[in-house]
Amino acid sequence: MGLLSDPNRRKALTNLLTRLNTPICMVCYLAAIVWFMGLAFEPFTLRTYMSENAMGSTMVEERFSAGERALSTAKEFDAHKRKAGGMPVEWLVKSMQARGLEVFTQSFSRKLPFPDENKERYMVHGTNVYGILRAPRAPRTEALVITAPCSPGNSNNQAVGLLLALAQYFRNQVYWAKDIIFLVNEHDLIGMQAWLEGYHHTNITGMDYSPLQGRAGSIQAALSLELSSDVITSLDLILEGLNGQLPNLDLANLFYAFCQKLGVLCTIQGKLQRNDWDSAEGYTHAAQTMMLMVLKQACGRSWGDHGLFLRYHIEAASIRGINSFRHYKMDATTIGRLLEGMVRKLNNLLERLHQSYFFYLLPSLSRFVSIGYYMPAFGLLAVILLLRYPFHSWALDLWVHLGTPALEAVDGVGEAEQPSSPGVLTVLTPVVISHLTGVALYLLPVHLQEMAVEHFPVSETEAVVLTAIAIYTAGLALPHNTQRLLSGEGTEQGWKVLKLTALLYLAVLLGCTALINFSLGFILAVTLVPITASITPNMPKALSALAMVLLSPAFTILYCVFIYQELVEVPVGFSEGWMLFLSVISQGILDHALYGSLVYPLLALFIYPCWLMFWNILFWN
Amino acid sequence: MAAHRCGLSLVFILIFSNLAHPSCCDTLEKSNGNTGEKQSISDAPREVNIDGSVAREDLNERQWQSTDVEVDRSDGTKDSESFTPAAAKDQFQEELVIRPLHSGDIYASFQFRTLWDIDFLQEGQKVSHYRLFPKSLGQVLSKFSVRELHISFTQGFWRTMQWGQPFIPSPPGAELWVWFHDTVSDVDGNWKELTNVLSGIFCASLNFIDLTNTVQPSASFKPLGLGNVTDHRFLRYATLPREIVCTENLTPWKKLLPCGSKAGLAVLMKSEKLFHSSFHSQAVHIRPVCQDEKCTSKAWELRQTLNVVFDLYTSGQSKKEWSLFKMFSRTLTEACPLATSSKIFVDITDNPEGELFDLSPATPLLSQAVVLGDRRTYSVYDLTKVETFGQLRSLNLLLRWKGDSGDMLRPLLHAERYVAGFGLQTGEIHTVIYNNHPYRAFPVLLMDSVPWYLQLYIHTLTVTSKSRDNKPSYIHYQPAKDRHRPHLLEMLIQLPPHSMTEVTVQFERALLKWTEYTPDPNHGFYVGSCVVSALVPSMVAMNTNFTLDQPLFSSFVPVKEESSYFVRVYTEPLLVNLPTPDFSMPYNVICLTCTVVAVGYGSFYNLLTRTFQVDEPSLPLAKRLANLIRRIRGVPLLT
Repeated sequence: MGLLSDPNRRKALTNLLTRLNTPICMVCYLAAIVWFMGLAFEPFTLRTYMSENAMGSTMVEERFSAGERALSTAKEFDAHKRKAGGMPVEWLVKSMQARGLEVFTQSFSRKLPFPDENKERYMVHGTNVYGILRAPRAPRTEALVITAPCSPGNSNNQAVGLLLALAQYFRNQVYWAKDIIFLVNEHDLIGMQAWLEGYHHTNITGMDYSPLQGRAGSIQAALSLELSSDVITSLDLILEGLNGQLPNLDLANLFYAFCQKLGVLCTIQGKLQRNDWDSAEGYTHAAQTMMLMVLKQACGRSWGDHGLFLRYHIEAASIRGINSFRHYKMDATTIGRLLEGMVRKLNNLLERLHQSYFFYLLPSLSRFVSIGYYMPAFGLLAVILLLRYPFHSWALDLWVHLGTPALEAVDGVGEAEQPSSPGVLTVLTPVVISHLTGVALYLLPVHLQEMAVEHFPVSETEAVVLTAIAIYTAGLALPHNTQRLLSGEGTEQGWKVLKLTALLYLAVLLGCTALINFSLGFILAVTLVPITASITPNMPKALSALAMVLLSPAFTILYCVFIYQELVEVPVGFSEGWMLFLSVISQGILDHALYGSLVYPLLALFIYPCWLMFWNILFWN
Repeated sequence: MAAHRCGLSLVFILIFSNLAHPSCCDTLEKSNGNTGEKQSISDAPREVNIDGSVAREDLNERQWQSTDVEVDRSDGTKDSESFTPAAAKDQFQEELVIRPLHSGDIYASFQFRTLWDIDFLQEGQKVSHYRLFPKSLGQVLSKFSVRELHISFTQGFWRTMQWGQPFIPSPPGAELWVWFHDTVSDVDGNWKELTNVLSGIFCASLNFIDLTNTVQPSASFKPLGLGNVTDHRFLRYATLPREIVCTENLTPWKKLLPCGSKAGLAVLMKSEKLFHSSFHSQAVHIRPVCQDEKCTSKAWELRQTLNVVFDLYTSGQSKKEWSLFKMFSRTLTEACPLATSSKIFVDITDNPEGELFDLSPATPLLSQAVVLGDRRTYSVYDLTKVETFGQLRSLNLLLRWKGDSGDMLRPLLHAERYVAGFGLQTGEIHTVIYNNHPYRAFPVLLMDSVPWYLQLYIHTLTVTSKSRDNKPSYIHYQPAKDRHRPHLLEMLIQLPPHSMTEVTVQFERALLKWTEYTPDPNHGFYVGSCVVSALVPSMVAMNTNFTLDQPLFSSFVPVKEESSYFVRVYTEPLLVNLPTPDFSMPYNVICLTCTVVAVGYGSFYNLLTRTFQVDEPSLPLAKRLANLIRRIRGVPLLT
């Protein structure tokens, strides 16, 4: 502080910062990338450990042995599903009742804003069936949930079979302290959303559902089960939920502990753990796993039925059985035992899961990167914006105190001696216009689909996506033209003030985003920071315009699509990638409308307008 | 201070007396060459065994009418018994009702009743000689001038949809309500001491009852015994929804029985079996009743009840079979020698032809009663008779299920409650009350006591039935005071026939002081059950096709006594999460870091935006000294 309060030394520091501003920023940027990539390096990460006492010391003994019965139930379920052409509600109610559960159903219907071409649905009607196992001598205050989605076609029958077998087995046990809800939901996430909204008596997404009859108090944890084959080779754990929320790390630890105990191969992001961390392949593997997690988290959608629970502060994870060509196979009994163990441990909980981390990245199931380790990577990027900010803030300072001779000492930024101060309109106009473009991007695609379908030979879904892209592109032309129209030639002062505003705005936006969803914040920062920090109207127009467009949010999504495909080892060509890109956009809009995912509004209403402001600066003169 | 110490010592005295009490029963059984007094004790009941039954029947009848249950025993099976009235000053009865439930589970309800023809509260009468009535309770009653006391400990929740109505309802956890005598001046003081004493007697955390969870309901809890004082200033009601009931509560409860758990029905109470059940509830009810029909003098009634529901599934075996031995791991060999009556009732209403279950050994004794608005038939086993025990000298009732467990019931009155919404700022309590009667509307009295840390927005209170606003005809609301008093809401609501009535009220979750959190703050905070009391139209009155061979002249107008019955329904307690600071190390680290960053950034920003100028070189020392003196003198300074 003394350094800054001494005018001479302060002047020296200012000079230094001004002179070395660009190198420092570049170093920071590189350091951020290196730091981030270093997170996957095993010696830099921590080993996972069980924090929750209630789940740690007491290992339970698993006795479930009805795997065969589960598979025959699954076949029966399959037959009834075929016969009913959807969810066999009556059969499920009967078979749950026969297992001694209190059974209830919930019907729901939802009209999607536009047809979902991936899942081929538009008007959705369905029924959820759930049975409650009442814990003896418990006052219905706490519950656990096990769900299995009733999927169309052949998939997921085994999950329902196993669910029913577990229900039967659990019903005969005496040690339950929490009620257990067995839920079979139709239409995957939509059914789940309807059930959760019904259970908590809220309506945030405009779903039509019938009120629930039976409840079991506050839900402590939930497990979602996806199983499509009689034998499996490994189990995959899915954690990423809505808006990038993650369940408490202890849930992942619990899964890992039981996989170890029962000798089940377990994966995360579909990738097995490797032991050779010191080899290049080992590191690449861990980095790929972590990158996949970052990409999945950043897109803010729920990657399994568990993802919607997280909004209600219910820790949840999905467990997916994978049957690959590996030699070593496991039967349903083992999976049943694994679930039995997990549920019994959760049953032992005295408090909600809260001991372990809620913010983490997993380079493998046994290693984790906590928020304290990954935040510096983002911090280094944010520093760039802050460094650029004080660098300009002196300019601002200078402009405010124009005419004060003492200020000539600070000559870091030379060209600021204009006597007339730029009106607030100069800044306000582009800000308002950018945001109006953002609002248009947010509202118009869904609302104009009918008009678009009338005039162009496209389907509703294509209409929505193409309208979005059209508005996005149109926005590039709009702001600076309007601005020029309003106030004539932009002044030197004007763009500086605008840039200051935009930099500050971006810093706040990214900072807030990174706190809630680190991955999204980091990806946006990586692409947005370099160009926004360096942009001025004095750069070569064509080149910088190209750079800006290539680093705009839409292109970021496109890159993410390609990187994701590369990482899951299904590389795609450009045309396929483009189709995927279009479907990602439509899914993003749908996720927002159906489940309340916030990524689409964030991008449309904030990030894109912010980016437009910088675009405006480029074309200031 | 002195009073407090006195109270404490009383707790100890009571505990000791309580411990000492059952030993009297022990000696009673073991010794035969004892003092004359004890001899007379063991003699008295035998006498009653022979000739006291009909007098007891009368008493029963009167008793049950004054409570919620109506009894009609028009059976001629007991004609053989004699009519001589009992001479004893106090008497003891024991009874076990076994009801096979609709769901395949089995409900066992014990009732032990001690009646004493004496009035503790009469002026100048000091009672020091106790026989069957437990001294520990008697002393408490007289010291605190208690008119009526009801205490229950329940582990589990009564599943009305599967099991129907219980004989004596109780909420999960502990419930205590007491009517004090109207001569008591400091009711709150008495209440506080009483809860502490009871906490010692029953080994329960009743001492956690304080003013923050005590309410005075204006209408929901009326005295069940004699006396027409209904000024609710003398009533205190409190629940502890979190109280966990275990053997440590059962043991002192058993010790209050005249025979302890040594003889009679109480031998069945092995805690490892009683707590291997779906539901467990034990209670003590004390109230004044009439001594005789003219009701010239008071008698005190102590009723100890224990209700258990055994689960069909967790019994483990595939055979659907119940027996006394399987339920309690004991069989019966004798009645309590001190009891004037000792009976087992088995509900066989749903089983007239034996298609649902087999009951063995068979009994010729049958009894009919209208219980909770429904006419039930019972097989009766009289334990005071030798032939009940058969040749093996032990009674092991056996119930073999034949049918399947049925669907869920639709009880006429049913209520449930839940918290709606998410997040830690606000929420909404929903209470849903079902009236499943096809054509009769009836009023219910709803009582809700909510702790102060849920700040109710009473203006958001809505009552809707059949999607229309239902205006309560009576509302009594007492707002909470932070850290002093809970909310109390009482409403009289008319339930339309065949309807669902929803009562909603929004609340905000208070931020507690950090010392007010429990040691497990992330578990959540409990809100006690909501109490719905109602006079429900009877099933018997609903019955229009008279299959029973009743004479036509008697069945045109439904009998008044049977037309409705009193029911109290408790909803489930709620578990509500309050905003909880993370009491862990990372939280502290975050707090500290944020503080440092805030302070650092503040001064950093301050320095960055402020401009500094080089100051004049400082004055020589002499001038500064001179200025100091000038400042003191008030003269302009040198420069």
